[in-house]
Amino acid sequence: MSYNLKKECCKPERFVGGHRLCAGCGAGVAVRGVLRALNDEDKSVSGVATCCLEVSSVLYPFTAWNEGYIHSAFENVAATIAGCEAAYKVKKRKGEIKDNYKFVAFAGDGGTYDIGLQALSGALERGHDMVYVCYDNEAYMNTGLQRSSSTPKFAEVSTAPVGSEIPGKMQHKKDLTEIVVGHGVPYVAQTTFTANFKDLHEKAYKAHYTPGANFLNILAPCPRGWRYPPEDLMLICKLAVDTCVWPLYEVIEGDWKLTYEPKKKLPIEDYIKIQGRFRHLFSMPNGEEMIADLQAHVDKKWERLLKKCK
Amino acid sequence: MAIREKLSGNEAVATALRQVNPDVVAAYPITPSTEVVHYFSQYVADGQVDTEFIAVESEHSAMSACIGAQAAGARSSTVTSACGLALMWELLYVASGHRLPITLNVINRALSGPININNDHSDSMGARDSGWIQLYSENNQEAYDNYLMSLRIAEHKDVLLPVMTCQDGFITSHAIENIELLEDDAVQKFVGKYNPERHLIDGKPMSVGPYDTVQFYFEHQYQRAQAMIGAKKIILDVFKEYGDLTGRKYGLFEEYKMEDAERAIVVLNSSAGTAKFVCDKLRAKGEKVGVLKLRVFRPFPAAEIAKALSHVKAVAVMDKADSFSAVGGPVFADVRSACYDLKERPLMINYIYGLGGRDVPVENFETVYEALSEVIKTGSTDNFYRHVGVRGL
Repeated sequence: MSYNLKKECCKPERFVGGHRLCAGCGAGVAVRGVLRALNDEDKSVSGVATCCLEVSSVLYPFTAWNEGYIHSAFENVAATIAGCEAAYKVKKRKGEIKDNYKFVAFAGDGGTYDIGLQALSGALERGHDMVYVCYDNEAYMNTGLQRSSSTPKFAEVSTAPVGSEIPGKMQHKKDLTEIVVGHGVPYVAQTTFTANFKDLHEKAYKAHYTPGANFLNILAPCPRGWRYPPEDLMLICKLAVDTCVWPLYEVIEGDWKLTYEPKKKLPIEDYIKIQGRFRHLFSMPNGEEMIADLQAHVDKKWERLLKKCK
Repeated sequence: MAIREKLSGNEAVATALRQVNPDVVAAYPITPSTEVVHYFSQYVADGQVDTEFIAVESEHSAMSACIGAQAAGARSSTVTSACGLALMWELLYVASGHRLPITLNVINRALSGPININNDHSDSMGARDSGWIQLYSENNQEAYDNYLMSLRIAEHKDVLLPVMTCQDGFITSHAIENIELLEDDAVQKFVGKYNPERHLIDGKPMSVGPYDTVQFYFEHQYQRAQAMIGAKKIILDVFKEYGDLTGRKYGLFEEYKMEDAERAIVVLNSSAGTAKFVCDKLRAKGEKVGVLKLRVFRPFPAAEIAKALSHVKAVAVMDKADSFSAVGGPVFADVRSACYDLKERPLMINYIYGLGGRDVPVENFETVYEALSEVIKTGSTDNFYRHVGVRGL
């Protein structure tokens, strides 16, 4: 499969403009990127959990989805889309449906790492033919920037604010991708928006066309919550990858494979200093220690990942 | 030709499910409804149905999967009890709000806490305002018949509301009684094929479950309420058609010896049988007593009930669930409200009974009919919120 961004971008959009997502938001970019990887002849149904993407893309009587779309609640997108897939399977078997359909679930980190984890785990274990996409913006952005189990340590969020006693969130981010790998599903990948979207595109394609319940975790920054200028979306993603805060890898049938290794691993300061949510780390008296704590965590995780990918 | 059988209430419902052969069944185990899912998974394993059976990881996901499946054009059904229904709560409103004609068999059981696995109606009564049509069943025959009819009611284009069919956990779900079944092809002919006007995988773009803004949400709720009002006519039409097919004639409620009754008991589900037995006993002594057995609780047949009770001197409404409103149970609130516009209203009292599987013997109903005599004598309903069967009262 030779990838050509220009060619890919000429495809008709399945998720069209006119939605109300913020400028510089990663959610819409993730959806377009994932759906672009579908073969032209295939149709799709996307289930969306309650989230920014949901409230911004289908405001009755308008919709940005030029495909099938369903929202039912926050914590159940995996089960909802599993129901759609089951309907398709039985109707296809009975010869009632001619078109080929693919099924995709989209949810934020709140709807995936936290409240939706049970439904996700159930759907993965049952092995529905679907792709679950988490667009991870590391907090409950839709409800006002509250902490989730995906929020990184020391980030300032509205339910883990920086105070005189507590400097933001006190726990490291949950490693959801590893939890999903533990389910033994055929294809799991971590990706984000890199220069020409090749990494995202290829992983989305594999996720769509590997039979079974597959999973993509896409780092999708939020300009409001992370406090960066909208035009810096791609820069943030590049730094997340080059600092190894968000490594790009895939796990195919249990085999770990790194899909990008930075030539020079950058220090975590490069990533956090351009985000307002970490600003206090550069002004607090023990800020240096806190940054060292974050760096040690990244280093440890990165080394472990390298071992798994050997 | 009808088939004579001996089945428990659970097996009756499972048999109906097999005969309907839904596209999708998503279910999770919970006592006492689990048995239905046992039977049904065996049908799947033996290839007796074409159904895509999803053994989900929770009732929340069971209802979510039914929502997804029904929106994708599949006839979908599930079964649950008690806490399982409570876990579905959020999605019950979504199912009816999305106007998806999902069918659900509720095998009534008490809600926790403390935990209790036996029968009362606290589960489905709590869901009475979720926009679901509710049918109640005295015995296995009614549970079977109600389920078959529920599909036709739910899927009617003028209704498009989900339906829950309720029967009493253990009391009827596990009791084996005689039953008359339809033949498989007669069931298929009666329920027909599910043909929604639109669905998610019909080849054209469709968005289900939009964010409903201030400009539209109210109108959509109004439409849902109108559908519930309109459902009564469709329910009666379906009952009539089913009656013509089977000889079993059903109404919104059953009036048992009500023509000249001076004292009446309003009750639903299995205890109606006990109430009728006591009614017969007292009738044999020349007492003018009757029973009004509710079958359709949502939509609530207020005008019809008021008419049926208009000539009665005193009524006791039985609630196998408390609403903790401090003024009586849910059935009482609705029945009493229904009678408000009568020129001459019956005196009315409420009994909470049989909670958490407490046995409901004939003596309970004898107590209630006696109490109604006292109410007529004194003309007082000052103490209208009562309990029967509680120790120490």
